[in-house]
Amino acid sequence: MSDGGNDMIAPDRRALLKSAVGLATTTIAPGVTLYAFGVAEVGAKPADQAVTSAKRWGLLIDINKCPPGCDKCVTACSEENGWKSSGHPETDAQWIRKVTLRDPRTGVKREAPAMCQHCASPPCVDVCPTGASFKRADGIVLVDKHICIGCRYCMMACPYKARSFVHEEHDDQKVEAPRGKGTVESCTFCVTRVDAGRIPACVEACAAKAGAAMTFGDLNDPASDVSKALASGASAQIRADLGLDPGVRYRNL
Amino acid sequence: MAKVKFQTLDETSASFWALVGLHVVLVALGLGAALYMEEHGHIVTGMNNQIVWGLPHVFAVFLIVSASGALNVASVSSVFNRLAYKPYARLSGILAIALLAGGLAVLVLDLGRPERLIVAILKHNFKSIFAWNIYLYTGFMAIVAAYLFAMMDRRASQNATLGKSIGWLAFAWRLILTTGTGSIFGFLIARELYDSAIMAPLFISASFLYGLAFTVLVLIMMSSETRAELMTEEMIGKFRGLLAIFALATLFLTIVQHVTRLYSSAHVDAEMFILRDGGIYTLMFWGGQILLGTLLPLGLLAARGFDSGRRGLTLTSMLFLAGGLAQMYVIIIGGQAFPLKIFPGYEVSSSFADGAIGRYIPTLPEALLGISGISIAMLLTAVALRLLPFLPQAAPEKA
Repeated sequence: MSDGGNDMIAPDRRALLKSAVGLATTTIAPGVTLYAFGVAEVGAKPADQAVTSAKRWGLLIDINKCPPGCDKCVTACSEENGWKSSGHPETDAQWIRKVTLRDPRTGVKREAPAMCQHCASPPCVDVCPTGASFKRADGIVLVDKHICIGCRYCMMACPYKARSFVHEEHDDQKVEAPRGKGTVESCTFCVTRVDAGRIPACVEACAAKAGAAMTFGDLNDPASDVSKALASGASAQIRADLGLDPGVRYRNL
Repeated sequence: MAKVKFQTLDETSASFWALVGLHVVLVALGLGAALYMEEHGHIVTGMNNQIVWGLPHVFAVFLIVSASGALNVASVSSVFNRLAYKPYARLSGILAIALLAGGLAVLVLDLGRPERLIVAILKHNFKSIFAWNIYLYTGFMAIVAAYLFAMMDRRASQNATLGKSIGWLAFAWRLILTTGTGSIFGFLIARELYDSAIMAPLFISASFLYGLAFTVLVLIMMSSETRAELMTEEMIGKFRGLLAIFALATLFLTIVQHVTRLYSSAHVDAEMFILRDGGIYTLMFWGGQILLGTLLPLGLLAARGFDSGRRGLTLTSMLFLAGGLAQMYVIIIGGQAFPLKIFPGYEVSSSFADGAIGRYIPTLPEALLGISGISIAMLLTAVALRLLPFLPQAAPEKA
């Protein structure tokens, strides 16, 4: 809906809507209001407005704050989006995973979560024949489940091994994250949460239960947490040589 | 040169029908396998999140590459004016269409959602080389069909300019088509065993070889079927020479492909995976593609004592095709088995097989689906040869 359309709403109707929303949020869903207006608020667009490029969602991961053996981000993603082990490790989907990095000379080990990097120039989107792989104006890279034909060319093209193919039927799916057999899927930055003003499940879990290694927000807004965190020191893109301008950055890698 | 006369395949032997029966069974098994995969998902194949394209792609790409090459003989005849090849131009055209249909059928049936083919037809992302290929493939079929019409229609065939123009168009189109097929791999910047401009010329060269080998095999078989020698000694000699040239060109480009990567220290480990450390892929490369599929048939073609007639040509053509399948296996599956370097400079491991060599053991359904592509091509050819005069009547007189 256009801005002009919003302006057409009469002030008394707007006041009525506001009080109705207020009543609903205080009586029915206090948990939701905590996310929407509390610490986890990331300044998403109003639900009736189209996504624009005014925002670019991004994530900074500080490896020094990522405890070895911790998989809180992975578990949170799995619970949020309904992907889990079905006993077939080679074909099971993994939207996010912990990668152990070992320096071959020193033997020093680190761990880093890896997932879709939400590139500004995503190779998966370039190669998709039907346009099912697409990038939203706000930088979130998604798969349109309705037009994915399951050719897997995006999986061949992704430099980060971020995508999984749904190899078998899955019951018990989450409403926000439908998983169609024969289509490709990957991290969505928890797009429905972000659209509702919340932060991705992995970021929330890391802050609440682990080292708070992840900072999410609008890269275009210099006042956002992620922009301030990025501005405070050096960070790196993985496979920066490919020139894809990923939305996920790493610190102390 | 005397006017060439053509014939339909009227009298057929029991062995011909046995072969047709075998192909019918293989196509039925392939379709059954595709339905089984569609019903249960790709969990019933050996493909996984590391090796996302498996045996069906090996067969599909092999057939698509062969299809463009099968048009060689027609091109040599009408584009390069070599009249000796004219009697085989029709067969070369119909074989090109049939091989492409076989390859595309396998490609489509291996999709995660083959029933959504209509989406691929209606919705295009024009930055995707896959989307370009949809036009290149359908365009190829249409142009070759028009080419056949120009050759076979009584009135159209009188018009030399028409035949030559469509011949040129088909020749140019087939070069672009194979460039597109090679670039499916060449454009993949993230995978070091693919990302190379040499993929396009390598695929073109390979297509000349596989396509001619298919054409020669069908011709030899039809010679025995029609009980007429469809090729003179001279033509057998020409085909032998062409096969050797195409095999040497493919070998040359393969050497450049590998040596270029060896020179870059960033890619030595990937290259050594194929050349030395890759197990089945190393075996397929040296044993299948190079030894059995290139050096042995080249040696046989060069050897003085070896049968220089039909039998020798049959054996060498079959070896070249087996080598071609091995080459596609090494390129397509070997290229995925070597892990992506997501964090260069580190040794990596994870629950998602980061840093690990991809494991792939093809299962029966995907093997049946792949093989059925060849059977689809052969059945379509057999039907076409029965219905319309694609075959020359007998060995044409010398020019």
